[in-house]
Formats: sequence, structure tokens, C-alpha cells
Amino acid sequence: MTDRTPRTDADVCVIGAGPAGALIAHRLADAGHDVVVLDAGPRFDPAELPEREERAIRPGAGAPWGTGVGEHAERDAYASTGPRSYPLNETRVKGVGGSTLHWQGMVMRLHERDFRLASATGMGVDWPLSYADLRPYYAAAERAFGVAGASDNPFAPPREEPHPLPAFPPSYSDALFAEACESLNIATHSVPNARNSESYQGRSECQGYGTCKPVCPSGAKYDATVHVAKAEDAGARVIDRAAVQRLEHDSAGERVSAAVYATPDGEHRQEATEFVLAAGGVETPRLLLLSESAQYPDGLANSSGVVGRYFTDHVYAGVGGVVDERTRQHHVGFNTTNSHQFYDQPTDGSRTAIKLEFHNYAGPTPADVALSGDAIGDELLDEIRREYGTQVGVGALVEQVPQHENRVRLHPSETDAHGNPVPDVVWSLDDRTRRTIERANEIQRSILDELDASIRWQVGPEKAGPASHHMGTTRMGTDPATSVVDPELRTHDLRNLTVAGSSVFPTTGAMNPTLTIAALSLYAADRLRERL
Amino acid sequence: MELTRRDVLAALAAAGVVGAGAYEYGTRDGPDDPPLTDHETATLVAVAETVYPSAVSNVPAFARRYSAARVNDDADYRTGVREAIADLDRACTSWFDDRFAALEAETRETALREVGAVVAAPDPSGGRGERIRYYLVNELLYALYTSPTGAGLAGLENPPGYPGGDTSYQRGPQ
Repeated sequence: MTDRTPRTDADVCVIGAGPAGALIAHRLADAGHDVVVLDAGPRFDPAELPEREERAIRPGAGAPWGTGVGEHAERDAYASTGPRSYPLNETRVKGVGGSTLHWQGMVMRLHERDFRLASATGMGVDWPLSYADLRPYYAAAERAFGVAGASDNPFAPPREEPHPLPAFPPSYSDALFAEACESLNIATHSVPNARNSESYQGRSECQGYGTCKPVCPSGAKYDATVHVAKAEDAGARVIDRAAVQRLEHDSAGERVSAAVYATPDGEHRQEATEFVLAAGGVETPRLLLLSESAQYPDGLANSSGVVGRYFTDHVYAGVGGVVDERTRQHHVGFNTTNSHQFYDQPTDGSRTAIKLEFHNYAGPTPADVALSGDAIGDELLDEIRREYGTQVGVGALVEQVPQHENRVRLHPSETDAHGNPVPDVVWSLDDRTRRTIERANEIQRSILDELDASIRWQVGPEKAGPASHHMGTTRMGTDPATSVVDPELRTHDLRNLTVAGSSVFPTTGAMNPTLTIAALSLYAADRLRERL
Repeated sequence: MELTRRDVLAALAAAGVVGAGAYEYGTRDGPDDPPLTDHETATLVAVAETVYPSAVSNVPAFARRYSAARVNDDADYRTGVREAIADLDRACTSWFDDRFAALEAETRETALREVGAVVAAPDPSGGRGERIRYYLVNELLYALYTSPTGAGLAGLENPPGYPGGDTSYQRGPQ
């Protein structure tokens, strides 16, 4: 039986084996500290990757990583009672590696303006950290992931060195878009990808499986198991299926004393000098709220009352259609061209950030058409050629300024497999976000019009959904009355509790968050090393 | 376009079937104890010849090898295939006085349409037409259109699941 008992004399207990937890565990273990990592989900068997890949390809085959389905339905139960439904389990993976197991792997730095949004535009709040503070950590995060990128983005913030790997060249359909965009004076550029354009640190270069999201069979796409393995090699102990039930604190209410966790073979109690909560933007605030005590009746580290508040996601907006030529989609499962021309927010606060993405996987695959059509033989092949061959799509991530009413809270009556209240994700779209989605759609339609495309679909304000980026629920700030963690990512209330991950973002920009999660985690690891 | 052993292995990989069994059945018709009877194999080949486009060749070897490796890998799937074949044969015997594999090509297509396997929603626990579509028609279509040659008929020679490298996406139409 796997030993899931606590580690004695642990310097650091990390909760969550996603990218934030894995990077911190590796850095601290590598520095000689005794580290234990607890993850609620399982350690996935690499031998099962082909089966997971099949579920990614076969239409209707279901969740490749099993979060929220089958035997895990009760473990991952949640509620969504807000104005807009939030499909939580479709947006996360619970297990060692976390949601990087199913992510797409786009890794851009936030822009300088994102860190001082309120000062520049009047929207939201400023971060207590600047781009300059995080800049060396962004570079370190890019080295950790092995980011393939180029310095051809005229809108990107300044950087001190090239990306570790060369960028993936543009796709055939990128060239079609580039020509249309040039006519519209829209600049396009490469996409930094956390996947290997060449072999990197013992991991394969991209093999072109085309199933990156949600499964990369070759290991060319970075996921957090890379740093879980490095952490273990450096002496960290990683315990899976160890669902932390609550954090306990000392009698003074100043320090966390233990993490109480449930395993298949019973409940255990892990003590440590420092604790790092890195369980994602939903489970992190949920665990704090579950850890209420007589001293902290509203939840641990929640003197401000904002734990769980300001739940934010990027919103996906898109337009797609068909053109009169073949577009060569679905050869790879990642994007190679973006435009950040509409990224920086206008100073009048009239709209938020827009990041444009030009898809390399627009429309259905031949197998998708074949398995859902109502023809066979030559007639079916004709249908496949019509439906697969000429698709184009332009997506966008749209920034949402954090809203106080959007939140993760404990559901008053529904409970999970351990009898704990499930998270209730309350999410809505504000008018400014709607306007920005409309603007994104307007830009996207203009590009497709320039391509003489026949537009077939649009994801606009009414149908816009989340981009699977859970952010903002333990926001960082200098004022303990309005924020949960300080600029060192320590909670204001408990001085040995660090929160790592996108839950600390005070605002979110419109960049995929994982590179910033990694940069902040490496920054937090340095602060922890100074204290240990 | 000829379906090759590479196509069989690619389709099997997309179906989650990898390793020695996939190689043995997928490339060499396997050892001496085939997981399907001759009649079952002939029926699957007949279904493939009916639902595949005329542009592909070597269909019998492709369908036989893919199906053998696929059922060898998954006992539940094997049971489903056998029951679906029996259902299809019962219907054909009732309507056309012979089992599916023995019918003329034109009659086979009529049979698949009549039994509902062309338009039914695929469902392994559904009615007769839904199960035949799931286990026979769609599985064989899945095999073809996840293979480089099959998907290549539509212009996608590096379909999802096939490790065809990171250069094909840069090329224009051939």
C-alpha cells in the first residue's frame, strides 16, 4: 500500500501539485529543505496516455482526465448558482500535474499596463508588484517550461533575453490571416508556447499528435509533472489522493500549525514550518473558507472578507466560417499566430484587453464529421471534404475586470464525498466585458470579411463562455482590509501561509495565466527561502 | 489510395490500442488464435467495404487487422461487436434471406440503411440500429478517418492522434 502518512520534521507543506505547487516544491527541495506536497487527486499512470488520447479524439468519449465524472463525480461535486452557468469540472484537472495536464500551453507575459490598470485606466486596482519586479521571474519561468517563442511581437513588454527555444513557424492558415490582417493594418506575430520546438531538458520535441488540449502523448508540451519529478528527485515527498480537509492554526491565530488531510487509508495531520496553498482559484479559497475556527469564524485568512470574492475568468469570444480554399486545419493542436494589437486597455476605461488568436484547428476533423454524419461511402467523403477542408476561425480572450459579486463560496447544503460543502461558483458578465466581447467580435468579423469568408458561427456576449482560468479569489494587496495576501504572497492574517497561483491576481489582463502563475511562484519560493 | 500497415497502426493508436498486441494483429494478422471468427471478420470487412469511399484500396486487410487488434484489446468491445453482427445478420436474413456478408454490395448498403445504422445516434446500449452504428459502422469509420491515408482523402494527412511531425501544418494544399 502507498504510504500516505505525514512527513516528520517538514519545513514546508505544499497543498496542490499543479504548476505553482510543483515549482515551489522543486525550488525549496533543491535548496535543501524538507518538502511534502499533498494533492487531492491521483497520480496519473503514463501508460494510460493512449487511452486518454483516444478519449480526446473520439467524439463524445468524455473527460480524458476523469475530473468530475464517474467515480469522481462526488469528489468533485460543485454548484453554480450565479447568473451564468460555470462548468467547473470541464475547466480543471484534479490530480498530480493539475490543469496543466489538459491546458493548451500558451504562455505570454502580462503587459506592463496590466500591473497598473487602475492608474492607467481607472478600472480595477493596481498590483502591488510591477512588471519590473516580475521580469526576472518571467524569464526564469520561461526557462523552467522551455518556452518556444520569438521577439517579433511589437506589443510585448520588454524582455532581457530570447526565449529558450525558437518559436514554432506560422501555419499555412496563418499566412492567409496575415495577408487579411495586413490589409486591415492589424499586426500579427508569433505565439510563445510551452511546448518543445526542439528537445529540451530530456523532453521530446513536438511530434505533431495534434491533441495537445487535452492530452500530449509525447511529453513535448510542458506540464507540472515535470517539476513534480524534479522536486521528488531533490528529496520532496509527493502524496497523492490526499485531500486537505482543513488547515489548523496555533492558539494565537498567527500561524498555521497543520494540514488535516483525508486519504484512502484514513485521515492524517501534516505539520510544517511553512505552508503553501496552491490548489487553484476555486479550491484555494474553498479550503480557507472550510478552515473556519472560533478565531476566524468567516474562514482562515479572511479578515478582509474577500476570500472567494472577485472570482474572474477570461471570456472566450470568436467568429468562424469557411473560405473558398483549403485551410489545412488540425495538423497541430496549438496556435502559432496571435495579435496583441487590441490588448492594451484604452485610458478612458471604455473596454478591457483583447488578445486575438488565429486558430489552427477550426471546425471539425474528418473523424468528427464521419461519426456524426448521416451518409456513408463516397457521399460521406464528399460531406467530410465540405465540412473539414475550408474552415477558418479567429478567437479571443477578453479581460474581465474583477467584480465583487462574482465569487466562490461554500454551498449551504450540498456536500462532497468527504461531507464538506461543495464550492458554489457565482459568475456573471458585466456591461464593460460585454462591450469588449462585442468589439472583439467586430474585429474578428472584419478579418473574416477581408478573407471573403462565409461566417458560420459567432461566440458573442450571449454565448461567451469561460476560458478555464480561475483567478482573483485571494487577491494580493498591501491593505489587509481589502486583500488576502501581501506582496510576498503571504496571507495578512497568518504569517506562515503563502498562497500561490492565479487566485492572487488583483486583475487578470487577457493573457493565459500560467506563465504569470509560474513567475509568481518562483518569486514566492525566493521569499520562502529567505524566511526558512 | 492504398491503406497500409502504417494506417492500421495509426488508427489503432487513435483507438488507444498500442503495444505488442496492436503490432501483432495490426501488421501480421496476429498469432494463430484470432479473436474473431471467419464470419465475424468477413462481416466487418463487408461493412467497411460498404461505408468506405471508393477512393481507398486494400480495405479487407485494413479492416481485418484493425478489428482483430481492437477486439483483442477490449473484451467488452468484442462482445458488443459480436452481438451487433448477430443483430445485423438476423435482420438481413429476415429481409434478404442471407447474412450481411453474403449480400451483394448494393443490398448491403440497403441493409445498413434499413436497419437504421446510417442515421441512428450511435449508442452502445441503445436499440439495434444504434448499436450497429456504434460497434460496426462508426468504429470502422473512426479507423479510416483517423488514419493518415483516410483523413488524407480530405486533405489531412496528419490527423489528430498520428505523430506526423510539426511541419505538415506549415505546408499548403498539395
